[in-house]
Amino acid sequence: MRDLFNVGLLLSTIRLATPLILAALGGLYSERSGVINIALEGLMLAGAFTAASVTHYLQNPWAGLIAAIGAGVLIASIHAVACIRFKADQVVTGAAINILMIGLPPFISGALFLSTGSTPQIPVNKLIPWTPVVIAFLLVFVTWYVLYKTPFGLRLRAVGENPEAADAAGISVTKIRYTGVLLSGALAGIGGAYLSIGQSSLFTRNMTSGRGFIALAALIFGKWRPVQTMLACLLFGFTDAIAIQLQGVRFGGEEIPNQFIQIIPYLLTIIVLAGFIGTSRAPRALGQPYEKER
Amino acid sequence: MKLLRELLFPFIAVVAAFVVGGIFVLAIGDSPIETYRQLLGNAFSWPDGIGYTLFNATPLIFTGLAVAVAFRCGLLNIGAEGQLYVAAFATAWVAMKFGGVVVDVSGHNVSYSWMTLPALILVPLAICAAIFAGAVWGAIPGFLKARFGSHEVINTIMLNFVAVALCSYFTQYHYKVPGDPILESAPIGDGAHIAHLGKFIPGLPERIPLNLAFIFALIACALVYIFLWKTKWGYEIRATGANPSAAEYGGISVRKQIVLAMAVSGGLAGMVGVNEVLGYHHRYYDGFSDNYGFTGIAVALLGRNHPVGVLLAAILFAVLLRGGIFVDAFTDHVSKDIVQILQALVILFVAVKPNFRGAFSRFGMLKRSKV
Repeated sequence: MRDLFNVGLLLSTIRLATPLILAALGGLYSERSGVINIALEGLMLAGAFTAASVTHYLQNPWAGLIAAIGAGVLIASIHAVACIRFKADQVVTGAAINILMIGLPPFISGALFLSTGSTPQIPVNKLIPWTPVVIAFLLVFVTWYVLYKTPFGLRLRAVGENPEAADAAGISVTKIRYTGVLLSGALAGIGGAYLSIGQSSLFTRNMTSGRGFIALAALIFGKWRPVQTMLACLLFGFTDAIAIQLQGVRFGGEEIPNQFIQIIPYLLTIIVLAGFIGTSRAPRALGQPYEKER
Repeated sequence: MKLLRELLFPFIAVVAAFVVGGIFVLAIGDSPIETYRQLLGNAFSWPDGIGYTLFNATPLIFTGLAVAVAFRCGLLNIGAEGQLYVAAFATAWVAMKFGGVVVDVSGHNVSYSWMTLPALILVPLAICAAIFAGAVWGAIPGFLKARFGSHEVINTIMLNFVAVALCSYFTQYHYKVPGDPILESAPIGDGAHIAHLGKFIPGLPERIPLNLAFIFALIACALVYIFLWKTKWGYEIRATGANPSAAEYGGISVRKQIVLAMAVSGGLAGMVGVNEVLGYHHRYYDGFSDNYGFTGIAVALLGRNHPVGVLLAAILFAVLLRGGIFVDAFTDHVSKDIVQILQALVILFVAVKPNFRGAFSRFGMLKRSKV
């Protein structure tokens, strides 16, 4: 039991938390501006696929990373236009994007690589296993600073809490919201890229396997605040790391079922959302399309 | 005339989706005409086309109805996936425990049976188990919303994962046949099987898995219509969805309606378990759901949350699912993933229509609403 808690576990936790942190921070920008974003899963897939494909073609992971950001922004723009311009229901649009990204990457992959299952493998020296980790943790503090110490951050928060007042003060609610949603695409794209060209060496169908939803859960668990969200991501990364370590280990003669550990993040989020661990208050205008009053 | 207008809008959304999808197909070098011919043309042949299409449609009708009923109360039930999983497991459990001993080819007992009930009791019991389990799993987020104001979108998404994990746990550690490499439960007793429709329809071979659950789905459509528009409970649900404060003022307990609507919704989603376990696999099979829960959202949206619309939309999506196999096999570059792309496009085009603007998020996202 003692050799369970070691440096390896710490490193695993950090590496598993990284994509969560990136996606959750992305979600933060979107939701703080008032646009619900449950499409983090799909946005990560966009980033992951693009990173793997571009890195394969150009044999350069940095190009892959940039391309992943672009892909995230592109897919997020669908969400942005539908929700902001057309005032579509934000949850439905997010779900649509998730479904789209179940099919689109294999569709393109089949055309480019003749395999819908996975993209070609990338040689180990072309991967970026640690840069995204650094980016992720830096971004936590950058986000904290931007959100609370810059005019943009103030406007972002204002638009998410009270768009009518922000509008009256001359802030363009539309522009701020577009920025928030596109940023969520960019960051989630980096998170996805880390999965395909950082943690592994290719893209496989649906490789995020729910991480986008865990990131969303972490964002809520972290009460839409950067540092607390990072801690939530670390916690969830920890449960993931422990689950891997505990496979096969016996506690008093009984094997610990993997499934019990897997559900911890989800149960925690439900509990927090119900208000059992402090109040989890969302941005007040979250989910409501903004109509300019005449 | 109004009916024509109501049908026109989903029709336009579908056409628009196919047009954009066609552009995708062109981009990767295949002919949209040929692709769509494969996609749509195989769905109506007899017996395989119609048989498999209607079989595919059955779970979608149930989840579509589930999401539609919740929508009518102003709730977004993304948890149909989890609800149908717990229901499938529950029905398998009842069918295993009370279905009698099942032996494999070498004569070994591969079941977990306690006793054997006659089919006449066992089948309704198993169906009730499915509905009950689904209803409970749906009522949980309903209760959380009614009591604590926590939004059902997040809770249902979370509970989906919890449901799959729990069912997987029980199957893996308690109800598997030892030595079986696949994560599936032991077989259910023979008495719990529901007949394939081929048994009753001349010309339809019994190998086609279209079973009585499809008839149940049709009945469910009728029942949902009667429930929503011809009963007091249904009226209260619709009133709550249309204007919760007015409903509360009029004496309706909005909290109760939320829980009730989510429970009914969950029960409907649970019927998918009947189709899968009692009518097809005859056991609980981990991961059996091909995203039925999420597709149900698309079906409900396209069907304008009305049972007839849901039925038609479910058949459309089932046609796509069936056609996807042929697209995979008979086109050069297009894979069956075009089906998901088309589904997503349909949802997007339906969602941007002004009518549905903010209607579901209106309930107050994630606030502690004193409802």
